[in-house]
Amino acid sequence: MSNKFIGKSIKRIEDKRFTTGKGRYTDDIVLPGMTHAYMLRSPYAHARINRIDTSEAETMEGVVAIITGEEVSHYSVPCGWQVNFKNGDTMKEPPHPLLVKDKVRHVGDAVAMVIAETREQAQDAAEAIIVDYEVLPAVVNAAEAVKDGAPLVHDDVPNNICFDWEIGNPKAEVDEAMDGAHHITSLEFVNQRLSPNAMEPRSYIGHYDSVYDKYTLYTSTQNPHLIRLLMCAFVLGLPEHKVRVVGPDVGGGFGSKIYHYTEEALVTVAAKKINRPVKWTETRSEAFQTDAHGRDHVTHAEMGFDAAGKIVGLRIKTFANLGAYLSTFSTAVPTYLHGTLLQGLYTTPKIHLDMTCAFTHTTAVDAYRGAGRPEATYLLERLMDLAAHEMDMDPAELRLKNFIPPFDGVEQPGYQTNVALQYDSGNYHGVLERGLQMLGYEDFRKAQQEAAQTGKLLGVGFSTYIEACGIAPSAVVGSLGARAGLYEVGQVRVQPTGKVSVFTGAHSHGQGHETTFAQVVADRLGIPMEDVDIIHGDSDTVAFGMGTYGSRSLAVGGSAIMKSLDKIIEKGAKIAAHKLECSEEDIVFADGKFTVTGTDRSLGFGDIALTAYVPHVYPQNLEPGLDFSSFYDPKNFTYPYGCHICVVEVDKETGETKVKRFIAVDDVGTVINPMIVDGQIHGGLAQGIGQALMEGVEYDETGQLINGSYMDYTMPRADDFPMFELDRQETPCPHNPLGVKGAGEAGCIGSTPAAVNAVIDALWSGGFKVKDIKMPLTSERVWRAMN
Amino acid sequence: MSTITVTVNGKSYTKEVEGRTLLVHFLRDTLGLTGTHVGCDTSSCGACTIHLDGRAVKSCSMLAAQADGSILTTIEGLAPGGELHPLQVAFNDEHGLQCGFCTPGMIMTAADLLSQNPNPTEREIREGLEGNICRCTGYHNIVRAIQLAAERTAGVPA
Ligand code: FES
Ligand code: FES
Repeated sequence: MSNKFIGKSIKRIEDKRFTTGKGRYTDDIVLPGMTHAYMLRSPYAHARINRIDTSEAETMEGVVAIITGEEVSHYSVPCGWQVNFKNGDTMKEPPHPLLVKDKVRHVGDAVAMVIAETREQAQDAAEAIIVDYEVLPAVVNAAEAVKDGAPLVHDDVPNNICFDWEIGNPKAEVDEAMDGAHHITSLEFVNQRLSPNAMEPRSYIGHYDSVYDKYTLYTSTQNPHLIRLLMCAFVLGLPEHKVRVVGPDVGGGFGSKIYHYTEEALVTVAAKKINRPVKWTETRSEAFQTDAHGRDHVTHAEMGFDAAGKIVGLRIKTFANLGAYLSTFSTAVPTYLHGTLLQGLYTTPKIHLDMTCAFTHTTAVDAYRGAGRPEATYLLERLMDLAAHEMDMDPAELRLKNFIPPFDGVEQPGYQTNVALQYDSGNYHGVLERGLQMLGYEDFRKAQQEAAQTGKLLGVGFSTYIEACGIAPSAVVGSLGARAGLYEVGQVRVQPTGKVSVFTGAHSHGQGHETTFAQVVADRLGIPMEDVDIIHGDSDTVAFGMGTYGSRSLAVGGSAIMKSLDKIIEKGAKIAAHKLECSEEDIVFADGKFTVTGTDRSLGFGDIALTAYVPHVYPQNLEPGLDFSSFYDPKNFTYPYGCHICVVEVDKETGETKVKRFIAVDDVGTVINPMIVDGQIHGGLAQGIGQALMEGVEYDETGQLINGSYMDYTMPRADDFPMFELDRQETPCPHNPLGVKGAGEAGCIGSTPAAVNAVIDALWSGGFKVKDIKMPLTSERVWRAMN
Repeated sequence: MSTITVTVNGKSYTKEVEGRTLLVHFLRDTLGLTGTHVGCDTSSCGACTIHLDGRAVKSCSMLAAQADGSILTTIEGLAPGGELHPLQVAFNDEHGLQCGFCTPGMIMTAADLLSQNPNPTEREIREGLEGNICRCTGYHNIVRAIQLAAERTAGVPA
């Protein structure tokens, strides 16, 4: 493998179409005869529908069709991951209708789809539909929802409990360890609900071609094949070979565009019904009400220490909010993507998590950048900094004392945690030490002491996190309840002239696959990057795929491409050996040439490609062509980790918090394109700090969404941040061919507790010994904590 | 319905518009200029930013009818003749975009910012981007891209 491109900050190939306004997102697509849909949604969180009257609406100008719940009542959207109760019972999986006909269960629950010639006409008609609602009491908090007498979201789900679940060591062992602890740090907190807010609102176009009896769905998705599989096999009962799903340019996802949404199925059904294309694009207000939210845990956590500051046990009780319906991965997030990360970077000998997952009258909760892993990291890292304060120890030293010692996963084995996972490789001390160096720790503490005498308090917060990425080994996740495999597909088609088309099941919605993947392919084949085209996002051209999420594109999708590249080179060597009249073993492939070892006799990659397609002088028994497809199923998760350090300044008078510095030292394994990896970290940091200081979805007690717009929900903006200070460590992943671990979520996972810890540290430095401030740490909340 | 005449990217159009049609929808649906995006319904995100008579405006915050007689530039018109605008180049150089959805609005806003203030400080750039939301980049590389474009065009009259 040459390294002309790998490891270099190659500028992105895909940029030009976006900087010139030529990107093609779903809402930009116009099909002949296209109609427009508008969804009529419930303004109430919980209400019985006594009557829906569409008669007036149907007569209005431009209206083509109106679909209500009755018409599509035989369809239901399934959940992709089955989790069982502690006692072995199957989780409760109530129906998830495309349109509600009897009872709405959250603000934004859809009751009708109106299709008209224009969007405005559809909206006008929707306003003329009469829905007679009988409003019922609602419950929005998971810990409240499970109490006796709480309003039920689904009549047949007692106490709103979808399932309860546990992981770790036996509870009694953890209790015993905690009983023997010298000090216990205990924290009750909420990991608040967030709205993902990809900037492109969700948008779908359904198209039905009656001549070929073929459907096409254009969708702003992170995983077109997964949508096709779910929609065809589990919702609509359509034959997959008659359905094409296209995910064109997609304007960000962050998890929210993984899931199969009801509107995808509805535009598909509607397109056939009216035999015309149907487009639906949500407004931002609808996005707040219907794009799956993230987080929303209510937790009581305790960490026990011995006299020397070694962790002896960790005991947690959490209520996780699933919202009103199960979204595609919602049940996996608080369990297998969260509970399995509670070892963190520490040697904690005894861990127990008791989890209860509940339905509430709110928007569904599913994976949002990090998905479960930020919740685990927040819990651990808040406890660590707080414990250091309480025990009057240094938070960095406390971590160094408890870190798992370095291991490379090759000479030294992987690290077996108490919560099922086995870490691949890591040097956890390394990232913290580098972070402290970048911070200038001693100088900072001096400055902090001086600042404490003034009106501005300085604080530093640490977070040393780990995540499980490269999702995921199919057999492992299958045994844990996943209803699909999580391998990836990569096809490499060498064209007769030696140009290369690569088809990947991964999907880029900002990650830069067209560049990063081309770097890998060009280096492996020793050809220029211009000769490589990366194709993704269309189920008719890409064989199959599981899509992009869980920091998996390169670790899993890239590995599948590498497998196909190996096959190409192996076959190329056979062709070369025949032409050069030597044995196959004597051929070496390097820098785009097949050479007879020890000689200067060689054939270029282009020659071999042409020979494969014009096989006149050709080995017997070898098929023509140079085109291979591979499925790669990872052996293990990958485990990126890192150290995030946040420095804040808090105004004692107003509680206003400013992020002064943010240092991130991440180990995401081998890096193919440093510029793109840094960009991923930057974006994640802004989201993670956004959770700490600015963002949070709020419902009132009647279930009203009270900040469902950009006027009310604080989105991080450019002037909320300093320039980020990044560095990295590279410990290759030992179990995939590129050594990559994944970089998409790291920034978002590590940064939240660092920012909160920094504010708490600032307050302690001013003599305010607070344990917790509820996120987001607004000026008002910080001020109240001091007054 | 009313009839409006606007010049968009150097070309004059006379079109019928409904009274309630927003300028952004006129550009996208009537003229097919889909580089201008809609990211919100509260005039908060800046994805729809264009230039109206030389200044940046959010095209979702006004009616098409109000633009009658105006000269408009959208992202598609920023590189007339095909040579990219220094900001378009700098966004590529500094990795100032990921999904690209906010990018047209960011570039149009930044172009106005630089024409008002050719040598902005980091703070001035960050404050100048207050009306534009990007969910992907954490703004870091957008700020750097604008700094780079400013450096490259310093002294060159806009
Ligand atoms: S679409 Fe105009 S500001 Fe958001
Ligand atoms: S690049 Fe995706 S929103 Fe800015």
